[in-house]
Amino acid sequence: MNEQELRATVIATLKTIAPEVEEGDLRPDKPLRNQVDLDSMDWLNFLIGLHEKLKVDIPETDYAKLVTLGDVLAYLQSKTK
Amino acid sequence: MIEFKLPSLGADMDQGTLLEWKVSPGDTVRKGQVVAVVDTSKAAVDVEIWVDGVVRELLVHPGETVPTGAVLATFDGVGETLLAPGATVRPAPPPPVARISAAHRISPAARKHAEELGVDIGHIAGSGPDGGVTVEDVERAALAARAAPAATAAEAGPRRPVTPAARKRARELGIDIETVTASGPGGAMLLEDVERAAAPATPAAPAKDRQSEMRRAIAAAMSRSKREIPHYYLAETVPMKSALDWLTTINTGRPVTERLLMAVVQLKAVALALKKFPEMNGFYRDNTFQPAAAAHLGVAISLRQGGLIAPALHDVGEKPLEQLMRELADLVKRARAGSLRSSELSDPTITVTNLGEQGVAAVYGVIYPPQVALVGFGRIAEQPWAEKGALSVMPAMTASLAADHRVSDGHRGALFLAELRELLQQPEILK
Repeated sequence: MNEQELRATVIATLKTIAPEVEEGDLRPDKPLRNQVDLDSMDWLNFLIGLHEKLKVDIPETDYAKLVTLGDVLAYLQSKTK
Repeated sequence: MIEFKLPSLGADMDQGTLLEWKVSPGDTVRKGQVVAVVDTSKAAVDVEIWVDGVVRELLVHPGETVPTGAVLATFDGVGETLLAPGATVRPAPPPPVARISAAHRISPAARKHAEELGVDIGHIAGSGPDGGVTVEDVERAALAARAAPAATAAEAGPRRPVTPAARKRARELGIDIETVTASGPGGAMLLEDVERAAAPATPAAPAKDRQSEMRRAIAAAMSRSKREIPHYYLAETVPMKSALDWLTTINTGRPVTERLLMAVVQLKAVALALKKFPEMNGFYRDNTFQPAAAAHLGVAISLRQGGLIAPALHDVGEKPLEQLMRELADLVKRARAGSLRSSELSDPTITVTNLGEQGVAAVYGVIYPPQVALVGFGRIAEQPWAEKGALSVMPAMTASLAADHRVSDGHRGALFLAELRELLQQPEILK
């Protein structure tokens, strides 16, 4: 999966939880949960969605690495290689 | 015969538009079965029947808007003793011949009692020898009539005052004045009421209007709460290290699909604390507090398009965390999708709000009537912690209680919060 496909998958997953999200409005360097107003249930569902679509395991200890959209993309890139 | 009424769907939902019947006359239904879908200001609600029975007649048609308490359909009950919210059981009128003979066979004491209580003896099913009406039958009938005040008043109430202009207009328009809802002082019917009734029925509110409808509904319920309920507020700092460590251990090694959230640990702690403090769990109605046997926690869920809803997670104290997690995830999903069951809206016995998720330090809630308490959890954050003369860093949160002073006092409220704090220090017993 190339970078663009991965990004599209992440945004599509995010939209299943927050349908109002506009990709262009997302700052890749700002905390994602604040930008999109995700509570812990939304966040968990987002990770479950990524886990199911990309077949990656995301241990809870890695949550701290997943703050911005950029973090999430980089993390998933390393996991799907 | 059972009159199946639109159940109360919470203090802020006073009417609904029937979208669809899920049953037809002659169908057998089981208690808890979804029989209709009703649109409200907050969600499309799957309305459940509260008794086993057979559908007799559907009285309200799709597209019609009716107030809560309106009779939607009639059922023939199988177990008519299962009286529950939304359904009112009345003694079935016996066949005419039997009625006459029963009316004849009424003891003088029963007749006198019926007159005192204002009960129509023609409608009382007799349980005495040969169907004779006894004093007990009269009392039962009076109780049943009192249990259904809204319907009885609408059916048999005194004639309402009608202004001459309204009566004239109704005649011109060919409207049955008895079917018009009056808005004038003292229930008087005004000209505009008649004209409103003559206007074509408004279709179900489109999604765009739902938001303003919801705002109006929340405004009404919260205004009522602040007007009627003397709130008192308490707060307690709860150290969360034990619970966080325990949860981390539990979640380690679990796939992401089976992990637990702190929210369910908090909900379970509230439900267990309520066992020792029944005065926080129940309803205040008719100047009396009615404690609830089970803890059905109303979970405040913010809706992405604005507004909020607090449907019930049932029997929280009796379920393991894994089950609560699955049910909470499902409840949040359905609340956001606008699809809830009527019991989820009518059953909450207390509300829990977790506004700390959005980053606030503490939340002091407005009680959702007729409930008598609301528990709020603030953000879990590290803070300087002084204990036994030493300073350390501790993850902690503020738990708050808003409670009804008509039912409980601050002293009990403080003990409740202390119990909640203690339970959260022993997460293994919350499993």
